Amino acid sequence: MIAPVALPNGVGFWPASAMIVTVSITSTIGEVLTAAAMKSIGDLDAIRARNGLRGAIRAVLTCPLFFAGVSFLALAFFALLFALNHLDLSLAAPASASLTLVTNAVAAKLFLHENVDRRRWVAAVLVCVGVYLIAH
Amino acid sequence: MSHSQAQPKARLKPGQYLILLLVALCAPLGDSCLSRGMSALPGISLTHPLVLLHAVFTPWIAGGILLLIAFFACYLTALSWADLTYVLPTTAFGYVLIALLGRFWLHEHISVWRWAGIILITLGVGFVARGPSLTEANVASATQQASEENA
Repeated sequence: MIAPVALPNGVGFWPASAMIVTVSITSTIGEVLTAAAMKSIGDLDAIRARNGLRGAIRAVLTCPLFFAGVSFLALAFFALLFALNHLDLSLAAPASASLTLVTNAVAAKLFLHENVDRRRWVAAVLVCVGVYLIAH
Repeated sequence: MSHSQAQPKARLKPGQYLILLLVALCAPLGDSCLSRGMSALPGISLTHPLVLLHAVFTPWIAGGILLLIAFFACYLTALSWADLTYVLPTTAFGYVLIALLGRFWLHEHISVWRWAGIILITLGVGFVARGPSLTEANVASATQQASEENA
């Protein structure tokens, strides 16, 4: 039998995992959609140089993909607030942040067709472990 | 092969590094404000979701949200000229900056595990930063877009 992992605040292992996985999945969907939106808009610095700050803001706010991304990021934000209220910060923040790094690398390769070479995989894993250690 | 020479190098300008630094700093500072605000509140259950909305208007959480808005503006700018897998490790580098600020400014104690984390994140960010900031296919389409606009 697997020994149950004792968590503070009386939250069980599975509810805690569900909260963290929910934060990671919603934020990965949000970040991939947002990244796709910004790539479709083009270099914001160049747009600002040409059309001013208002032009740049308008370019972002008239992109439907951007709002889809922001909706998921907002969901992730409230999921994190909920998790922080039930779990210790030292567990919820690093666990969801490091899990999100890896799911993002996978999603960026699959959906954004980014060139996630060996260098970026190694970096994702190093940063993932590092974030857990530094924030735990 | 001369192919790599024909492609424009996806290297960043100094102003773009400044944006990445702001991305790294604003996110963890904002998160710290949020956690301070949320831990001061009583337990919130799923049956009373409106309490979460009330939380948004308390000072620490409002301050945290302002910092996160600044972070988001810089983050969007960065995503418009760099890959998601290039920008994301930068966000994590913010944890390193905050830990070092705490160590040398507030004279906080940093455990061996935290130093290990700092070294791992720095190594990871160094790995990514030495590579191109944008996937080559996207570099090609970005320069094509730019030349079409100039024409």
